[in-house]
Amino acid sequence: MQQQGLGDIIAAHRFFKDLDPSFPELVSGCAKNVRFGVGDYLFHEGDGAAAFYLIRHGRVSLEIKAPGRQSMQFMTVGEGDIVGISWLVPPYCWSYDAKALELVRAIALDATCLRDKCETDNHLGYELMKRFVPELALRLHCTRLQLLDLYGKPT
Amino acid sequence: MVPSLARVTTRHQELGDTWTLELEADDPDLLAFKPGQFNMLYAPGVGEAAISVSGDPSDAGRLIHTIRDVGKTSHALASLEPGMTAGVRGPFGTAWPVEAAEGTDVVVVSGGLGLAPLRPAIYHILAHRERYGRVAILAGARGVKGILFPNQLAAWRRHLDLQIEISVDHADTSWRGHVGVVTNLIPSADFDPADTTALVCGPEIMMRFTANALLDSGVAENTIHLSMERHMKCGLGHCGRCQYGPYLICRDGPVMSYDRLSRLLTVKDL
Repeated sequence: MQQQGLGDIIAAHRFFKDLDPSFPELVSGCAKNVRFGVGDYLFHEGDGAAAFYLIRHGRVSLEIKAPGRQSMQFMTVGEGDIVGISWLVPPYCWSYDAKALELVRAIALDATCLRDKCETDNHLGYELMKRFVPELALRLHCTRLQLLDLYGKPT
Repeated sequence: MVPSLARVTTRHQELGDTWTLELEADDPDLLAFKPGQFNMLYAPGVGEAAISVSGDPSDAGRLIHTIRDVGKTSHALASLEPGMTAGVRGPFGTAWPVEAAEGTDVVVVSGGLGLAPLRPAIYHILAHRERYGRVAILAGARGVKGILFPNQLAAWRRHLDLQIEISVDHADTSWRGHVGVVTNLIPSADFDPADTTALVCGPEIMMRFTANALLDSGVAENTIHLSMERHMKCGLGHCGRCQYGPYLICRDGPVMSYDRLSRLLTVKDL
């Protein structure tokens, strides 16, 4: 059986759908396969945002710690989603924890490597931005809906 | 229209402020409801409110309503104890298009108490499961303690031919399900957008954004159905209390297709 290369896996991921065929190979130079067991953390709040993750399998909980209470989950993501946007924004630190709820298989993309490639190849950088900005807009929109407390008691 | 009398046989607390009443009525017309329809329930001496039927349409002997205690009348209704009597007029309004949906995939999206008016449609679909394609039920709630009918959802989850996903807006780390708005569940739900009937019920903002997410996934406007809610008085389309643009929700609704509603839903204060 022929093994799928990282470039093929990246090209097949929903986040990179319809990306210029030359880019997945370029991006794969920054990529590696990673695996997290149940309860493993992909990263912790405050750590340097050294990578972002293309989830291939499993679910990840995004959590915020609060003193005197359990951590709160504010979002779960799964297959086809991405984890990590902080690698794009200085000072490149995670602003929440990410924990594997199930066995998670993902592609980790090295942030410094990817930022360097985007600086060198602005076309790649723009293509990546066209994918990250809608994702950011969607998450902002979902956060608004969560803040509206739609299911609370009508006033 | 004079209310018929119905006797409360059981009262069950669903959530902190939400109760399900089972009523026994002599009037057979009251029991012949279609999924999605509502009754006007009268709390003696207090008032009348429109409440969707949340029971099984094939269960001929019982009338089931799930009521959120949010005001004087709903408080009086939700407080009715077994043996007490309520007035009932109905059933009124349009129904979920469960017959028109035969042969298609069905995606049911509920938010909070919106699962109550959808439950009769789910009962109907499960009772005639072979008539439908893939069926997905996507339920949203504020938190884990706000999930309506959790035991029912758990029982439905055992159906291998039914996709059930629950998402809460936030949760502590003991919750193993989805966290986030219910619309996030739509991209990974298993249905063919070109041949799908969507049934949506919840707060109006949630329904609006759910409809948008369904449209984004390729579902046609006229196959997305929402259950609208407005204060109702007569239930017969006479008084105009529930007017919504050119429609009277008690007569033209509560269940309406999104192509009739899309322009109205963005009108402020309508």
